[in-house]
Amino acid sequence: MVGKLVLALLAVALTPLVGGLLAGVDRRLTAWLQSRYGPPVLQPFYDVLKLLGKTKMVVNPWQALSASVYLAAAVTSVFIFFMQGDLLLIFFVLTIGAVFLVVGALSAPSPYSQIGGQRELWQMLAYEPLLILVFVSMAMVTGSFRITAILEHPTPLLYDLPLMFIVLGYVLTIKLRKSPFDISASQHAHQEIVRGVLTEYSGPHLALLEIAHWFEVVLVLGICSLFFATSALGVVVLLAATYFLEILIDNVMARMTWRWMLRSVLTVGLVLSLVNILWLYVA
Amino acid sequence: MFTDLINKGRLKSPWIMHFDCGSCNGCDIEVLACLTPMYDIERFGIVNVGNPKHADVLLVTGTVNHRNKHVLKNLYDQMPDPKAVIAIGACGLSGGIFREAYNVVGGVDKVIPVDVYVPGCPARPEAIIDGVVKALEAVKVKLGLTA
Repeated sequence: MVGKLVLALLAVALTPLVGGLLAGVDRRLTAWLQSRYGPPVLQPFYDVLKLLGKTKMVVNPWQALSASVYLAAAVTSVFIFFMQGDLLLIFFVLTIGAVFLVVGALSAPSPYSQIGGQRELWQMLAYEPLLILVFVSMAMVTGSFRITAILEHPTPLLYDLPLMFIVLGYVLTIKLRKSPFDISASQHAHQEIVRGVLTEYSGPHLALLEIAHWFEVVLVLGICSLFFATSALGVVVLLAATYFLEILIDNVMARMTWRWMLRSVLTVGLVLSLVNILWLYVA
Repeated sequence: MFTDLINKGRLKSPWIMHFDCGSCNGCDIEVLACLTPMYDIERFGIVNVGNPKHADVLLVTGTVNHRNKHVLKNLYDQMPDPKAVIAIGACGLSGGIFREAYNVVGGVDKVIPVDVYVPGCPARPEAIIDGVVKALEAVKVKLGLTA
């Protein structure tokens, strides 16, 4: 128990470093795909440090609270993950964070952040059912929602749940704010709805959101790693392949509308989930 | 030590916002050219943001007139400190060929404090990138980092 606690605390301390490096590698790979040189790998850290040093400007106190709760929720869910706790608890904590991000955006009267907040709600509506189905199918295979039980499972979950991994890929794309699902706040198209949910945040609060985003990315990649938890090499290969595929999709796809997102995610995602879960019953 | 890190971040990650006060659009297009893979200013950590609340450097092109000076001032006031302003092109510097028109205020510096002037009609992308580097020098002086 103490060992787990130390591991979890260590993981929470290291997650921002890993998340920031991932974001840096992401930007470099994106630049490579676009025949550019790209920023230094440490660029996300420079950005966040700079934002932390800027003057605090808030539209109203809700924003400061929302940014802090979003970060706290992301940190807590990563902590629960590395404590090998309950997947459902992680899901609920993550949802609280996402809701507060929307609350912060909707608290400002700016049309950009209002639209961004509403689009973020649509995104949540798209990925949350899929994420819970991924967790339910994991529980169906291993008999428990606890990560300890999943880690004790003798064969990789990927063999039993190949389609659910694709479904989780959808969730990852939405969570990473990658095309075609970067409708509420995208890394690249700064001009379109300015930056959606992030429009009214500035300086240190924007930095908190960025750090929270790194935590969420690490968490979702951690959930991906559960699919091949039996071998360390398998985890590394699976995560590297998944992340590269995300970046590739981001670069070759255009942004889609929220209607398209809802339609494609809920039909393709739900059908894939249904087929996989039925298959589990039959097999 | 933390202040040192933050200062390093400030010099390595100037997010620019770009505001065209009007006129011919030439400098506007040259600013956008800096963002293309040919010049790729993201190499220097420069990101073009469309939001004064996220921006560190304000690039102003075009002629300031009595109508848009309020917009310019508003955008400048919404940027959190530390910030820098770069005036680009002949119109941004002095009003250019429009400077004697009855509706023209003159240069950007009549409305907000300018740190760096980039001349040209239009200013070349190389000159604009140099301007951002110069603005970083100005920020260094403001932060007291120059030995």
